This record gives sequence, C-alpha cells and structure tokens, in this order.
Amino acid sequence: MSRYYQPEIETAPREKILEIQNEKIVRQVQHVWDNVPYYRHLMEEKGLTPADIRGVEDIHKLPFLSKADLRDAYPYGLLGTDLKNCVRIQSTSGTTGKRVVAFYTQHDVDLWEECTARAIVAAGGTEEDVVQVCYGYGLFTGGPGLHGGSHKVGCLTLPMSSGNTERQIQFMMDLEATILCCTPSYAAYIGESLAERGFKPEDNKLKAGIFGAEPWTEEMRRDIEKKLGIKAYDIYGLTEISGPGVSFECEEQKGMHINEDHFYVEIINPETGEVLPDGEKGELVFTCLDKEAFPLLRYRTRDICVLNRTPCSCGRTHVRMTKPMGRSDDMLIIRGVNVFPSQIETVLLNEGYTPNYQIVLDRERNTDTFDVYVEVGADQFSDLMSQIQKMEKNLEGALRTMLGISPKVHLVAPKTITRSEGKAVRVIDKRKLHD
Amino acid sequence: MAISQLSLFLMNQPGQLVDAVGAISGTGANIRAMSIAEANDFGILRAIVTNSEAVCNALKNNYLITRTPVVAAKMDDRTGALFPILNVLNEANINIEYMYAFTGTGPDEAYVVLRVNDPDTAEAVLHAAGIGTLSDDNLKI
Repeated sequence: MSRYYQPEIETAPREKILEIQNEKIVRQVQHVWDNVPYYRHLMEEKGLTPADIRGVEDIHKLPFLSKADLRDAYPYGLLGTDLKNCVRIQSTSGTTGKRVVAFYTQHDVDLWEECTARAIVAAGGTEEDVVQVCYGYGLFTGGPGLHGGSHKVGCLTLPMSSGNTERQIQFMMDLEATILCCTPSYAAYIGESLAERGFKPEDNKLKAGIFGAEPWTEEMRRDIEKKLGIKAYDIYGLTEISGPGVSFECEEQKGMHINEDHFYVEIINPETGEVLPDGEKGELVFTCLDKEAFPLLRYRTRDICVLNRTPCSCGRTHVRMTKPMGRSDDMLIIRGVNVFPSQIETVLLNEGYTPNYQIVLDRERNTDTFDVYVEVGADQFSDLMSQIQKMEKNLEGALRTMLGISPKVHLVAPKTITRSEGKAVRVIDKRKLHD
Repeated sequence: MAISQLSLFLMNQPGQLVDAVGAISGTGANIRAMSIAEANDFGILRAIVTNSEAVCNALKNNYLITRTPVVAAKMDDRTGALFPILNVLNEANINIEYMYAFTGTGPDEAYVVLRVNDPDTAEAVLHAAGIGTLSDDNLKI
C-alpha cells in the first residue's frame, strides 16, 4: 500500500518543486493578464506587466486580492475563462456578507480532487476503504471535495451529506465505514450519539477521520479520537482557492502539508502586507499556480498561521502550515481585548467540559456584556446549588486567566445549545444590531 | 439505609418542569415529595419517587439526572415534632444542606427529607435516639 497518492510530486526534492512553481507562475500570470481585466488593472496600477514576473521570487511584487475584491467582482469579474469552458460553481457559506462564487473547469475540478485524494491517502486511505462523507453536499465545497478525492483513490464512497444522524450511524455500522469526513463538531456529535446508543469506540470499523471547515483544537482532536476510536486528521482549504485539500495532515499530525505544486504560499504582516520570514506568525496568502477558471493571485485568507519548512518524517517535502490560530474575521474585540473563540474552547476542554458552548455579546450602558453558555456533563452534575455555582465561578476564573477579561458563565443542560450539523454557531454578537 | 433522591438539572424556562414531571409519570412512578432550588438560568428539581432507580435509567438519555442519598426521618405530624430531629443532628455536628418534608400514608405520619454531608452517621444518631428512617425498599410500594 502506498503512503502517497502522487509520490513523485509529494516527495519531490525542493529544487524540483521550485522548478515546477517557477514554470507555472509565469504561465499563470500571463493567463490572468490575458483573461481577467479586473486583476490586469490592479497590475497596471502598480506598473507591472507579465514580463516582471519571471518566477516565484517575483510574486511579492503582485497586488493582493481580498474578500472585498471578490465581492466587488461578483459574479464574473474574476473569471479566467469563457463560461462555456466551466463545468461547476461552488460558493462560500455566506455567513459574512455577500456570497462568493468560484468557477471550475474540468481541469480545476481534477486538480482539486487530486489534492483531497492526497489527503485521504495520507490518512491511510486505499481502494479497500469505505469513506463516509458527511460534509454538506451542494454549494459548500466540503462534500464535493472529499467525495471527488475518495473516487480518485478508488474508495467506496458513501455520499451521506450532513445531518440525519440516525441514518449516518446506520450506514456507518451496516456498511462498515472506515474513514469519516465531516466537520469536527459533527464528528464529536456522532461520537456522543454512538455512545448514547450504547456503542463503544471499538464497535465501529472507523480507523481515521478527515475533519475541517471550522476551527478546532488539539483537545477537541483527542476527544474525537477517544470517542470514535480513530486517528483524526486535519484538512484545510477555502472555496476561493479550490476547496478542502489546499493543505492536509499526514500521520505525524504536526501541521498540514500545503500542495505547493498548485498553490504558492506566503505569510505576511496583516497590517503592512510585508512578506514575513518562515516561522513568523502572520496572515496566510495563496497564489494559484495552475487554475483556469478562478485563478486568484495573492489571495489574503485572513487566517493567521505559521509555516514550517523543516523536513517531515512522513517523507513529504511540501511545506507545513499550522492550524489557523485565529481568523481576523473570527476575532472578537470585547471591552477592547482581542478574543478568539478557540481560546475559550481550550479552557473548556482543560476544565473537563464538553466543547459545546456559545458566546453571547451585547452592550449595556455602553459596556460590552460577555456571556458564555456551557453545557454541563453528566459526570459534573451535582444536586447542590452551591456546588454548581462554584463550578461557574471556577470556570469564570479559568477563562479570565486565559483571556484577560471576565465573562459571565452560565451552565446549561446538555443539548440545549443549538448544534447545527454543518457549522457550529459559536458566537452571537448582538452589539452589531445597535450600530 | 439512606433513600435515593432524584436530582434533575432543568433550565429555568417555561415547559421544562412539565416535561420532566411528564417523563417521570410516564415511567409509572409516583412522586412522593419534591422541591426546586432555582438560580437565574437553571433549577434543580429534587424528588422522592417510588423506584428511583428505574426512573433514573429511563430519563438519563434525555435529562441530566442523578441519584443522591438523603435521609428521610419519620416524625409525627404535630407541633414540635421536627425539633428533636434537628437537635440530634446538631449535637452530632452534622450540617444540613437543604431539607423538605412530605406526609406519610398513615394518620399523622410525616417525613422530613434531609440532605446532609454524612448520611450514614446521621441515620445512626437518629436511630440511636429512637427516630425511624425510610429505605428505598419502603418506597417501592
């Protein structure tokens, strides 16, 4: 059994990867110049022509694209080919502002599915495996991305889509699924639901899970691995660049390998736009190297990460990125302090709570109110009011230590916090309604 | 032989109590006594039921529920009957977290439910003072 889907690329010497990138970027910039007037204007404003980009060392000269550009250019402004050459669209979930629509030619779909195939093989997938895809299907890239990769590897693919947990469990047990693909919060939910039905972790045939599309922590990974009896792999991607599989974890579970033969990566200072050296924390920026329909150059992801170029024991030579440490869109400013929901999740898991929580922000007499609702587990419940109030106080203290500001903690009964079966709704910010 | 009280965590919202009581009655158990402690967001329903083990098993998938050992001391339903019970516990330095009472099936028969830090010692000192207590078997009528 091969450990790689495309060993010649995934383990290529660094010089070979650079050579591929240099060759592709020249063609990609020319393609964008010829076909995307929106970006051509941005280049012209900087006095650039395709001749100025002779290799990846010149990428830093190119203008950035951001989500705002995608909105301005909606729907066809960044299209890089005739619509008749396109075979598919996908779209972002639209939770923040206007939807973004990305276009794909068959070539683009194939390269995307190759990336997810690499992720599946890295998680131990072979043609013997049964892959249960319970990411949403449709406009969301999660379902179609992993589905396509699973086909490429030759796995038996269960196109479940999200929701209907009863049916998920029935297919998982009856058809002996071995690899589960979904959001981490849904994986945790399936784990709980299995336990409630009396299944032990060893009762299922799952060996691995590929989880992404929302932030999750190491603690949550351990929780899911224990509940399902599997190894849990992280996967990263964004619709604008292709979808899940821009980067993926190997068995080392120490960062996600970026598919550098398709996507050139930079880390920049989000304030100044300056490119930062490897190892520094900054905003992740991707340049597509061989996309036809939606060839974004220097797209700012808003994800804050660190790159790691040290060799990986798995044999892959592609650079690794950390799990996003936060997202400028996710970052909450509460009473002037920067708070990432992932910090709250870390505290909850450390203190023995489930990662089911909701942050509610509001404003009273011009001051932010900060309430955190947390579900109590069966092993924590006491008949004594004093004991439960002490738990609330202790949790408030632990959160204050981590965040630097004090939330009001409210313990609530299990399953009272709405858990969407797609993406978890972690934050309700009512302050925006007042502005 | 303490008895087992059911303790349920409920949100402090309309509909929560009626649902919980409906679930208990659905098991066929009789609620002999109950009390509620309330906080802003949630409440704790404490109940003495016939066959608490069966009710707990039936409800645990849908409720945060636990069984807590409490002492049910027998007393006459008359003025001054509670005093000697509390006096005996006080002399044994036993702290009472909370308590509530219910009447028995016999004439002038009542019980006080005591949640104490040390139910075994509490029962021993009550018995030594000639005060009777209930066991779970007495409740499985």
